[in-house]
Amino acid sequence: MKDVLLKVFRFLGLGFLEPVVKLAAGEDKKKNSIETFKKVIAPLAAMFLFIGVWYSGSKSLYNTEADYAIEKALSERGEAASEEVRDCIESGDITCQPNTLPSPSQVWDSFELLIEDHKQISESKKAFKLKTQSLNKKRAEQGKDPIVYTGRPSFVDQIKTSIKTVFAGFLLAFLFATPIGIVIGLSETLRNSFNWLIQILKPVSPVVWLLLVFMIVKTLTKDSTGDTSFVISFISVGLCSMWATLVNTAVGVSSVDKDYINVAKVLRLGTFQKIFKVILPAALPLIFTGLRITLSVAWMVLIAIELLAQSPGLGSFVWEEFQNGANDSNSKIIVAMFVIGLIGFLLDRIMLTIQKLVSFDKGADV
Amino acid sequence: MAYLELNNITKNFGAGANLTEVLDDINLHIEEGEFVAIVGFTGSGKTTLVNLINGLETPTSGEVLFKGNPVEDTSHERGVIFQNYSLLPWLTVYQNVEMAVKEAFPNESKSFINERVREYVDMVNLSPAISKRPKELSGGMRQRVSVARALSMDPEMIIMDEPLGALDALTRGNLQDEILNIWNKNKRTALLITNDVDEGIYMADRIIPLKPGPKATLGPEFKINIERPRDKTDLNDNPEYKKTRNAIIEYLMDIGNERSSTSDKVYELPDIEPKDFRWDNRLSR
Repeated sequence: MKDVLLKVFRFLGLGFLEPVVKLAAGEDKKKNSIETFKKVIAPLAAMFLFIGVWYSGSKSLYNTEADYAIEKALSERGEAASEEVRDCIESGDITCQPNTLPSPSQVWDSFELLIEDHKQISESKKAFKLKTQSLNKKRAEQGKDPIVYTGRPSFVDQIKTSIKTVFAGFLLAFLFATPIGIVIGLSETLRNSFNWLIQILKPVSPVVWLLLVFMIVKTLTKDSTGDTSFVISFISVGLCSMWATLVNTAVGVSSVDKDYINVAKVLRLGTFQKIFKVILPAALPLIFTGLRITLSVAWMVLIAIELLAQSPGLGSFVWEEFQNGANDSNSKIIVAMFVIGLIGFLLDRIMLTIQKLVSFDKGADV
Repeated sequence: MAYLELNNITKNFGAGANLTEVLDDINLHIEEGEFVAIVGFTGSGKTTLVNLINGLETPTSGEVLFKGNPVEDTSHERGVIFQNYSLLPWLTVYQNVEMAVKEAFPNESKSFINERVREYVDMVNLSPAISKRPKELSGGMRQRVSVARALSMDPEMIIMDEPLGALDALTRGNLQDEILNIWNKNKRTALLITNDVDEGIYMADRIIPLKPGPKATLGPEFKINIERPRDKTDLNDNPEYKKTRNAIIEYLMDIGNERSSTSDKVYELPDIEPKDFRWDNRLSR
């Protein structure tokens, strides 16, 4: 039981829970208590410290805003107005709350609100589906498009769209950059020929890529009536993020240990055999490092690109909330921030796990 | 005509100011079925010489002839056992050997390949570890895999580049015997590169010292007239063994001294004097 648990934790990258499991099993109490403190309790304390600093920071920002509002009312509209403002703020009425960095509890409330909102929207979606079921059947028989739900997407829907976009972009980067990286890595001439281009294009900002993709996709999709924003955003994400894979693959392929190449020569492997049985496996750790960077870059630029391309997703959620300026908008933005961070972290973990599974280099870490 | 011939070989790396002349005026003739050892200091160009013979490198001038034909590329006829094992870390022992067998016998059936792989892994006593990866093996086991891989291709000549250099004395001895057994069974031609004179005397018919580089060249050969099979413990009392060993070591010492006397490298010693502890307070107390 214990060993199984340990294995599962290690595989999931939850190795820090190891001493807790061992402690629960009553194994080497003193050492494991110290380890538990180091790996579990100390990080938890750091988390609380972070929330504490956040809380006091937001409190002081809140007070500054409140004082300013009261001052302003006093100087502009007199004593009575300022009293009124003070009472209004202290009563907790949402119409006159100062707009600033939200406190942790506000963010938590917004999170619950967003989940509640999601439940409502999915319920109305279900109801809509039920209602249009028979109608859509008829329309399908007549050869017409079915009626689809066009209501506001919920927060969870936005997350799903974002993940879909990032995967499409990542897949594009993977399918595009790895083969090119391998070809470039194998030939020194090609490497020298295209190095300048790669070096120049690599640091280009996501915004510029977006505009470039926009120019091209706009012309190519002149006749179609479909939604091009998804296409534009995932192609831009792919283009921005593929450079890490491209460069890493090229370096990995071109710097394979000379011993392995000698083995391939002495065994007289054919070109394809040499590439697929020796060079690629040897370069796999570096290729995967590139893919991991690509995925995290993809997730990072995705938010900015969605924000600019007006395609649905977390980026546009953040931007809309900012434009909205409702009194819980700020805390919704912070919720989105944490969700973005958490998903980015999870994506990296998934890649690390895959890397450990397929690569001979079991030492891959963090 | 000898089985393997090296005629007036020179090998340089780089050009201009970076030119390093590694080998110079190398002449070597090996007959079929012979076991020849080349002994030399580390860094004397032994590996370069091996690479010329197995076809990984081409000489700057001169020719390498194998059975009368110039060596231009690697060949399955010459099996190589590398100094650093050079096993592919992502493959198991079985797969490492299988890769070689498949290349050497491309038209054979699956069962033939499977059998052959198992046979050679068994020959080096690694059957229990057949599905392990190189990382999980000890140095001696790794080198045995390398031996199995080279021999499974059924080469006519085995080239060994310091195959046992990184192993401890005990493993070394066992592997020496294993290699000799295999060589003895089907009398292949063998070339052993080593830095251990005893190993050379124990295993080879002839020992040829390699004078250290730059411009390394082969010295005079020493014939080992000791009956096979040789016994390690008896060898120590064998007058022929003592004589040959002394002659080779003397020769190597001489060229070693020659090298250090011609070296213009100045070793600067630190300017320190021994400390006088007699008046040290801690001691007088």
